[in-house]
Amino acid sequence: MTAADNNPAAILAAEAEAGAPGGPAGPVGPRGRGPRARNTTAYLTYVAGKLGGALVSMFAVLVTSFFLFRLIPGDPVKQMTGGRRVSSEQLAAMRAEFGLDDPVWKQFTDYCGNVLTGDFGTSYQFHTPVLDKITDALGPTLWLTGAAYVLYTVIGIWLGTRAAWRNGGLGDRFHTGLALTLYSVPSFWLGLLLIITFSVGAGPLPGLFPTGGMESGDESGVAYVVDVAHHMVLPVLTLVAVGYAQTLLVMRSSLLDEMGSDYLTTARAKGLRDDLVRRRHAVPNALLPTVTLMFVNLGTVVAGAILVETVFSWPGLGSLFYQALSVPDLPLVQGLFFVFATAVILMNTVADVVYPLLDPRVGR
Amino acid sequence: MDTRDQHGRTSTGRHSAPPARTRLLVAGGALAALGLTAGLATPLNPAPQQARAGDDGKKTLTVAVAQSVDSLSPFLAQRLLSTSIHRLTYEYLTNYDPKDNHTVPGFATKWEPSADKLTWTYTIRSDSKWSDGKKATAEDAAWTFNKIMSKEGTATANSNFVTNFKKVTAPSPTRLVIELKKPQSTMAALDVPIVPKHVWEKVDDLSEFNNDKDFPVVGNGPFVLSDFKVDQFVKLKANKDFWRGAPKFDELVFKTYKDQDAAVAALKKGEVSFVAGQPALTPAQANGLKGESDVKVNNGPGRRFFAIATNPGARTLDGKKFGDGHPALLDKRVRQALFLSVDRKTIVDKVFQGNAVEGAGYIPPRFSDYAWQPSRKQRLAYDPKRAAALLDEAGYKKNSDGKRVGKDGKALDFRILCHATDPNDKAVGKYLKEWWGDLGIGLKVNCLDDVSVPWYAGEYDLAFDGWSVNPDPDFVLGIHTCAALPEKAKESAATDNFICDKKFDELYDKQLAEYDPAKRAAIVKQMQSWLYDSGYMNVMAYPNAVEAYRTDQIKSITTMPEAAGNIYGQDGYWSWWSATPASGSGGSDGGGSTGVIIGIAVAAAVVVGGGALIALRRRSTAEDRE
Repeated sequence: MTAADNNPAAILAAEAEAGAPGGPAGPVGPRGRGPRARNTTAYLTYVAGKLGGALVSMFAVLVTSFFLFRLIPGDPVKQMTGGRRVSSEQLAAMRAEFGLDDPVWKQFTDYCGNVLTGDFGTSYQFHTPVLDKITDALGPTLWLTGAAYVLYTVIGIWLGTRAAWRNGGLGDRFHTGLALTLYSVPSFWLGLLLIITFSVGAGPLPGLFPTGGMESGDESGVAYVVDVAHHMVLPVLTLVAVGYAQTLLVMRSSLLDEMGSDYLTTARAKGLRDDLVRRRHAVPNALLPTVTLMFVNLGTVVAGAILVETVFSWPGLGSLFYQALSVPDLPLVQGLFFVFATAVILMNTVADVVYPLLDPRVGR
Repeated sequence: MDTRDQHGRTSTGRHSAPPARTRLLVAGGALAALGLTAGLATPLNPAPQQARAGDDGKKTLTVAVAQSVDSLSPFLAQRLLSTSIHRLTYEYLTNYDPKDNHTVPGFATKWEPSADKLTWTYTIRSDSKWSDGKKATAEDAAWTFNKIMSKEGTATANSNFVTNFKKVTAPSPTRLVIELKKPQSTMAALDVPIVPKHVWEKVDDLSEFNNDKDFPVVGNGPFVLSDFKVDQFVKLKANKDFWRGAPKFDELVFKTYKDQDAAVAALKKGEVSFVAGQPALTPAQANGLKGESDVKVNNGPGRRFFAIATNPGARTLDGKKFGDGHPALLDKRVRQALFLSVDRKTIVDKVFQGNAVEGAGYIPPRFSDYAWQPSRKQRLAYDPKRAAALLDEAGYKKNSDGKRVGKDGKALDFRILCHATDPNDKAVGKYLKEWWGDLGIGLKVNCLDDVSVPWYAGEYDLAFDGWSVNPDPDFVLGIHTCAALPEKAKESAATDNFICDKKFDELYDKQLAEYDPAKRAAIVKQMQSWLYDSGYMNVMAYPNAVEAYRTDQIKSITTMPEAAGNIYGQDGYWSWWSATPASGSGGSDGGGSTGVIIGIAVAAAVVVGGGALIALRRRSTAEDRE
């Protein structure tokens, strides 16, 4: 899932419903330094409430991930053996090995206990501990979606700011139009287009980048890092292209809300440059809804980007999840489901905890 | 009043100077990087037909594959990619001749059964050694088979070969003896990789050992497994001491491409030498490659069949019925009517665009020993009139709306399970709706990502079906025996689609006990004849193996069968072992050095641009402060 999977309008609507400041914020100073006047006890109570909610959500995820995937019919052991003829003694031994001969309640309590120690079981198809598979794929995913996240957030904020500040101008219309167009483009199609143009080469343009994968396989040390960076260019470009519109639109609309505020008139009356008024006064306040969006997107970074990872053969969690579902590889699906859900819950909780520090009105 | 009127741009230029400088610097950095990369790209990124040898002159053959490796342990691996790698890195007792699939020596040079058919003695070759220098012996083979027979979680991959084994011993380094519970004709087709005992006996838990950590992996095949990265690549080095002779390429790399179009792009560019279809390149991909210079599209007879299977009534081993298959399909005349109203020629011409052969018998024609064709009298060719007559005879007459209605007054409507990921299923589904609609039969094409759920539950009427067939047909015949039915309702099992027939089972047991190849082939053909008449399996086509390779990197390569066949996924190591590099070719070009230099250039541009930006942001003057 990419950031582009979230609808900006829906996010804003959700914020409004949740009471998050989607509208004009009062002046909180040049840099939000935290709620000095805030009652520390009230804040801690608020944080404890949020953490408690997160823990309840996590337990709900644990229960769901266990029982939901057990509704799928079929015998995992027979799936493991690919329908081959296997002696009943060998089948029984395999069932015992995976704990599949235990009652469901015991399987569940074992599962809960094991998850607490980081043991998600063994993948049926890869015969490897699920945690190892997840950690193997986590690095590539974080590199890819993490780099894309940083870039589309920075680009989105920067262009959103520029578009709002010159509202209605040619730049505003161009950037908003382009962003919305790219936002509507299917990521796998854009990825293939980039491969054809920049990997294979088109016309006089030679092929500049690899067609897929994460590395050439022959490099080490610094050359390896550069090689990976080289392989990252096109997939990151694809993710950024389809992802930055969201941040741009949220940033643009929240800055437009700020632009008629009195405190900006005051700042200009003091003789400050327009550039400074924007950077030091308008943007910090307008950033608040964008911060929420950033945390929501950060939660989805872990889940990778299934389509882009597939097109560029990137060995991340997105494509691992697809492989897990296609078998279905129960322990792997459960483990990934738990990790993805935990990341989203964690990031939303962080957003909830940090937000009062940025906006004193929240959590009162 | 819009904000521009309120905060019109000043003409001093002071506020805009820093952004302008920043933009200039960043743009300059980007332009410099682009200029550098463009300048570098041409000389360092040569056209594919000039594929360079590596710095060390190593000749590399890179194969684009879509599958992930499930395991590199021969005890656990099931996927085609993994088992193909094992074919290349370990010897099997026997191999198959690339010309006509007949059994030829592998790790064993000779094999013979006892008079009572229950003991097989294999003579193990004395000129095979492991890549660590130790001699490969019958002891290794005995240890391997005994491990598969054990209850140590080693039954995952090859258990079907040993379920009938009673005892396996190695009386001498060159003699392997296998005792059976009952006769088994597949003893010259045991596709089991033999592993080195002295390495594998040190493994604590074989059920969790994936053989993917310590390289090079000790083997005795034509290649040695030298490196592996999950979902990225598998690297094999040529085994210079291989008893049959060293491969001609120094290195063989299986590179993962999850997207077939990206793999085709990599072939066009020259990043890979070969693209394997999954299971075949689409007609559009193949046609797109036909115009490319230095690319050859191999379009040979495949080893798969593409069929419609009917649900004959799902049941367990002890006869308990389950599922909801349409009762009309229990009538052979209805099944044959469906058979008679499928125009196989149209399917081959329109759906496969000529890249397939019309179906008939269960086993594809490339397996000439076992392939069977119906006689003219027996043939159920496209004949809608005969189909309509059969339906009338079965009691399903057309009503005034043109719908076939049974004696219970219910219209004849079927569901067909279709793989959502297979465009052929969807395309054929449209034709079936039309053809069967003309007959007065309704059809709902039910496309799912995972068809196994309703399939195992027996909740379907018809299904698109297909299998890859091995040179020995035992496995694909065994999935239609009563013994393959599930023990419990809705459990996964070896059965393909719940066929259970006494006569078919008798023939199956007979062929398994028949050691005379010609007599066995005759029985196998009888089984196919029965299957054809039953209407349970309508084999519509044998899709070709459509794959492509670069002729500027691969000069020659052996297909299987040699006259015309496939390259990837052979029953043997012939293709990659025989592949000859094109003269002056260093094999596939990963664009390594180009990539590194471009990467450095881009990274440098980003660092310079970023540094300049930070520097500018830090140059705040007193005026910047309130």
